[in-house]
Amino acid sequence: MNTFDDSVLSLLVVLPFAAAVALILWPGDEIRPMKWFSAVVALTSTALVLVIMLRFDYTDGPQYQFINETEWLTQLGIGFDLGVDGIAVAMLSLTAIAFPAAILVGWNVDARSKDYLILLNLLVGGVYGTFVSLDLFFLFFFYEIAVLPMYLLIAYWGSSTTFPRFNRLKDYSAMKLVLFLVGGSVLIWVSIIAMFVEADLNSFSLVDFQQVGFDESFQYWVFPLLMIGFGLLGGLWPLHTWSPDGHVSAPTSVSMLHAGVLMKLGAFGLIRVGIQTMPEGAEAWAPLLLGLGAVNVIYGSIAAMSQTDLKYVIGYSSVSHMGYVFLGLATLHTLGVTGAVLQMFSHGIMTALMFTLAGAVYHSSHTRDIGILSGLAKVMPVGAFFFAVAGFASLGLPGFSGFVAELLVFLGLFQTYPWVGVLAVIGAGITTIYMLRLLAKVYFGETTQRWESLPDLKLNEKLVAGTLALTLLVVGLAPFYLIDIIRAGVSHIPVVTG
Amino acid sequence: MNVNFSLLVPEYVLVGVAFVILTVDFLVPRHQRVHLSWLAASGLILSAVIAMVRRWDTVETLYEGLFIADKFGLFFFVFLTILTAVILLLSQDYVRHHIRQAGEFYALMVFATIGMVGMAQAGELLTAYVALELMSFSLYVLVAFRRDDSNGNEAGVKYIVLGGFSSAILLYGISMIWGATGTTYYSGISEHLLAHEGDLDPTLILGLALILAGVGFKIAAAPFHMWAPDTYQGAPTPVTAFLAIASKAAAFALVLRLFTQALLPALEEWQVLLAVLAVTTMVIGNTVAIVQTNIKRMLAYSSVGQVGFLLVGVSALGHIQDGVIIPVPLASDAVMLHLIGYSFANLAAFAVVIAVYNHIGSDELSAYKGLSQRSPFLSMTMAVSLFSLAGLPFFVGFLTKFYLFTAAAEANLLWLAVVAMVSSVVSLYYYLMVIKRMFIDDPAGSRLIPLKIRVPSISWLLIVVMVIGTVVLGIYPQPLADAVGAATESILTGA
Repeated sequence: MNTFDDSVLSLLVVLPFAAAVALILWPGDEIRPMKWFSAVVALTSTALVLVIMLRFDYTDGPQYQFINETEWLTQLGIGFDLGVDGIAVAMLSLTAIAFPAAILVGWNVDARSKDYLILLNLLVGGVYGTFVSLDLFFLFFFYEIAVLPMYLLIAYWGSSTTFPRFNRLKDYSAMKLVLFLVGGSVLIWVSIIAMFVEADLNSFSLVDFQQVGFDESFQYWVFPLLMIGFGLLGGLWPLHTWSPDGHVSAPTSVSMLHAGVLMKLGAFGLIRVGIQTMPEGAEAWAPLLLGLGAVNVIYGSIAAMSQTDLKYVIGYSSVSHMGYVFLGLATLHTLGVTGAVLQMFSHGIMTALMFTLAGAVYHSSHTRDIGILSGLAKVMPVGAFFFAVAGFASLGLPGFSGFVAELLVFLGLFQTYPWVGVLAVIGAGITTIYMLRLLAKVYFGETTQRWESLPDLKLNEKLVAGTLALTLLVVGLAPFYLIDIIRAGVSHIPVVTG
Repeated sequence: MNVNFSLLVPEYVLVGVAFVILTVDFLVPRHQRVHLSWLAASGLILSAVIAMVRRWDTVETLYEGLFIADKFGLFFFVFLTILTAVILLLSQDYVRHHIRQAGEFYALMVFATIGMVGMAQAGELLTAYVALELMSFSLYVLVAFRRDDSNGNEAGVKYIVLGGFSSAILLYGISMIWGATGTTYYSGISEHLLAHEGDLDPTLILGLALILAGVGFKIAAAPFHMWAPDTYQGAPTPVTAFLAIASKAAAFALVLRLFTQALLPALEEWQVLLAVLAVTTMVIGNTVAIVQTNIKRMLAYSSVGQVGFLLVGVSALGHIQDGVIIPVPLASDAVMLHLIGYSFANLAAFAVVIAVYNHIGSDELSAYKGLSQRSPFLSMTMAVSLFSLAGLPFFVGFLTKFYLFTAAAEANLLWLAVVAMVSSVVSLYYYLMVIKRMFIDDPAGSRLIPLKIRVPSISWLLIVVMVIGTVVLGIYPQPLADAVGAATESILTGA
């Protein structure tokens, strides 16, 4: 280990926050240099993550690597402790792709772009921080940071949706999202301080909590709190209702980050804090998680089928896809959990791609109504191509990363709960129906005069869509490198067997 | 008896400053009297410096514990004098435009401060009571300073009637404690409680409850908070800030010392009482704040909610394990930290309220629409302080709430922490509604009001200091936590 390895994670976390501060103090009003600055920051963080990925020892290294510990508040035993395991590395790489993509897509934002970039940087700083924190105080700290900029991002830059009988205002969606998520974080907060008192080590260190071995009765009542609290951000049924509203109302690059990365924070927290510190609690409550996950899959896909708004379809399909993550985690089987983490990665990229394309359609046509949009492939062939890629990845076509991830989850399920496995496969079938129907209508339906002059994707959108689609394809064709990294993390969780 | 009167030099300085202000007030022309604030502020800072030099690292008492100068006392001395100095300087513009008797105004603020530092350092109930009354009487006058304004009159009358009433209740409680224990010294009460464990005189419990009610009025804990919104709204805004921040900090200093040094052995009797008081205060403050349309009333209810959080810390001062009472130092630390964080954030918020009032002439929430276009600086400040009050990360409020609720869990009051967290989420709602008005809505009001708001340079400087303080304490709290820890140690161990 050298100084680079010691400081790379702090650098990664501090970078976006420093960029936000720099933007706040930025002299002058010209936006272009600020955009370029943010893009450079985002790409720098991508480079850092790439180095972490390459230097991460996934063969027989220790569970947490790149560890860096700093005392922060001795009275409560809080330390600014950073470190990553395989699962975190996979999530970092997802963020490292989504962050520059979001900045690039956000290039189109003209109103108050400076504030927009500041908030995006804060959001991403929170996301990176959550993934690398090994101290529960800081994990919670960054988790909250990641959630809060959403309010302003949606309430100012977002869009409202008009339905035949009612309107879904962006203020409403933003407030709903924030109150749901902060409400969920109360459950996490309670669990954290309960763990602090129960362990009696004057420490919030995750590693300490993993080693202490909590009483079974304690685990039995704390795990469900964590499951619901983190599950809420992951879109766990029946507490998912904030998620489609939030995704739809958010501006494109925020939807990308939110559905792509933020929802993964929930599932990540469930693994990191829930399953890793409360193995017996996880075993006891796994059937409930399994049941809710199955409802997520089926309910989400049926709901997606009946939507008339392009973004709502994607929003509900996210709910459905996150269901596979919960199913995979609930198996507590190496294959299932690995599949779940891979699904988190794959769904993040795929959703980001879909929101990019839906955003491009909305910006030029000013509607997202599936009933009106039709035959767009003729006027925006590039957009149609990429949407087809995303759709195929979403329905689990072999060759794309979604297939590998879902396959692993199914395998895990058939090892443990075969009947639920059947349900999950049915869910994938429904996904096929609504995705193909969407593609057929919006892109390959009858061409109408109204859309004849729609422009195709802009250069920045093409760049982003290309990168994201390529990632889906590469991970789909050669998933072994990523799977090895994820397995290195999963294999250190004692309760996960098989 | 050897009485060391030199111990009180910092207090003498404060008294001297107050009288000098009153005298100089006669000599300078009316329109220049606002500059007396510089005199008052430098006097306050000077006394803080003297106190630090004279009392650093020592524990000295007067009259066998009537007055205790320890680290805890020093901490609050410095905190309260600096706080008052800041409020004085922030109020310059307001005083210039709306207050005719600047000299009296500043002198009364200093007199109130003397009462406050007395509350923090009193080691005996009657001394504490006299100090509290000195503060209250000064505040009665300050609140009613805008006597030509009907809201101001209402504020003054409500405050003096309910304040007098609560003082009487407090005094009645003190007399019962004296009747039951034969002493008013904190140490004596504590000894009596230890000696009579298990068979406490019911009079004593009644006295305790009455003291709690009396202090409850002063800190505006629900259900004794009814005066607060009207008084906050009608009082001159700098006085509202003084009332909401400094007077509460002083009252909590009194409460912390009283409950650790005198009443800790009776923990079983008061813990549940305080916890219930905390719950009602948090719930009422944070829910009623939602429907307010005036920013001063909203901040009044928000500070009722914050008092509820502080009471969570006070009720967690100890816990009983196998029949033995174990003090929880974290709780006292947390109360002091939260007070500091609350002061920084609330001061910044009131500074914005003063600036907006001076420009737009309204305290209604609708006046804050589009504030980010009128003044990005003020709206950012308001956002930072509201986020800190809501307990969001990066700001000191997040850490202090985390600290408070952890302390509550340490004292086996996890349920109370849960109630506190839920009401904290509720509070986020009304704070966000203000944020929305400032950043998302378009500017309201007549086109006659010039768009940009000018902030006087001294206010600008102080606001920047407070905003930076809110952030720095949120990300680097160790030095402050050490200072607070030393103060806690001194009231728990007498060292």
